[in-house]
Amino acid sequence: MSIFKKTILTIFVSLFLTANVFADKIRIGTEGAYPPWNAKDESGKLIGFEVELANFLCIYMGAECTIVEQDWDGMIPGLIMRKYDAIMAGMSITAERQKTINFSQGYADEVASLAVMKGSSLEGMDTPAGINLSLGGSDVKAALKTLTGALAGKTVCVQTATIHQNFLESGDVGSVKVRTYKTQDEVNLDLAAGRCDAALAAAVAFSDYAEKSGKPVVLTGPTFSGGAFGNGVGVGIRKDDTDLLKRFNKAIDTARKQGKISELATKWFGFDASM
Amino acid sequence: MDLMIESLPRLLKATKLTIELTLLSLFFGIFVGIFFAILRTSKNRVLYFISYYYSYIFRGTPLLVQIFIIYFGLGQVEWIRESFLWIVLKEPYSCAILAFTLNTGAYSSEIFRSAFETINKGILEAAEGLGLNKINTFFKIRLPIAIRQSLPAYGNEMILMLKGTSLASTVTLLDLTGVAKHIISTTFRPVEVFIVAGSIYLIMTFLIHNFIKFLEKKYSY
Repeated sequence: MSIFKKTILTIFVSLFLTANVFADKIRIGTEGAYPPWNAKDESGKLIGFEVELANFLCIYMGAECTIVEQDWDGMIPGLIMRKYDAIMAGMSITAERQKTINFSQGYADEVASLAVMKGSSLEGMDTPAGINLSLGGSDVKAALKTLTGALAGKTVCVQTATIHQNFLESGDVGSVKVRTYKTQDEVNLDLAAGRCDAALAAAVAFSDYAEKSGKPVVLTGPTFSGGAFGNGVGVGIRKDDTDLLKRFNKAIDTARKQGKISELATKWFGFDASM
Repeated sequence: MDLMIESLPRLLKATKLTIELTLLSLFFGIFVGIFFAILRTSKNRVLYFISYYYSYIFRGTPLLVQIFIIYFGLGQVEWIRESFLWIVLKEPYSCAILAFTLNTGAYSSEIFRSAFETINKGILEAAEGLGLNKINTFFKIRLPIAIRQSLPAYGNEMILMLKGTSLASTVTLLDLTGVAKHIISTTFRPVEVFIVAGSIYLIMTFLIHNFIKFLEKKYSY
């Protein structure tokens, strides 16, 4: 074999080997419009709790990751169509979504809350500070009854395809007029403009908006968890990607043990939202 | 396939809103269009420029931007929220109609303007010779000819407007596209639902197309 041929062969073999080493590429889809979970800075760069957590998880998995931006309403279809391999977009683990995709173990949990503008008649409802719909009981029933009465005929704004929309349409709080928006930003805008009597989303989404915009948005009623609100936020993965699911679960274990999740959660949420 | 059949009734129900938005916008748009087309033929420079820039701005910017400025943009201005304008601008329905009307009005004004301009001078001279006054010439001669002239182009505009109403879903209205997205948000299956929605749009365009063809035949000369 001539030296020339050898060289060529070596180049091909090494290319093949390096290709294999770096073939371990994972694309992670996020929305970039749900602060503090995921958002964009002024220059358009993706930032937020999940963007930083994703980078650490990838280091633990030894994978090379790219973070892909995707509109929220196409998030699950995008995963199935292989535009990316995992979702980290503040997506709560719910039974409904689990029919279509798998979820890793939860890495953080959020409570949902109603928000109104200061001075609204819906301010200061007589309910417990928080209700867990999975637990049920007389407290929860009483709170839902109070909410049903207060929200009757009111327009409540939510982002489309969210646990918040599902909850409002479940009938648990009677027949409210649900108005759906493509992004949480638009929900916030219309709440501030007075087009919504109330809005429902992650409590942090409202406090983040109130802080950044200076608008008098206040939380009201109980915080919600359990039931339609799911069991924490996890990584969404295609049903046939069982290997990737295992790797994410392992990486989340490692991140939790090292205190990385609580550290990042405290940095972005202002409190430890990790789980 | 199951999903296609399952989603059909809800999509058909939403089609009602799509038709409503299209018809109302086209109806108001015709008047806006004719009004600005007349201004464009005016010898008064101020009126001419008003019409020119109206059409320039609304044809030169995307409909999505227009509807966003009218709905989300104007909603941010405090004095608008406190004025009587808020009665119209508060509701997504009226904001959508307003945006669509202004948009189709701009395109229609160009269609009608060119139709007015192509009217044979001889016909107008003949009308003058017959002793018709300006108002009669306009309503009996110029307007009918211009309408006939603009039919093919206007039919196109009707189809564009029908498809344009899909943007109503961006301001929370549950039109055909809005409901399609809504169904997808719970089933996560965009292909089936959009095929059904697309077919409904196709049927509606087919009807508009044939309606215009019928009118063209009827009023051919």
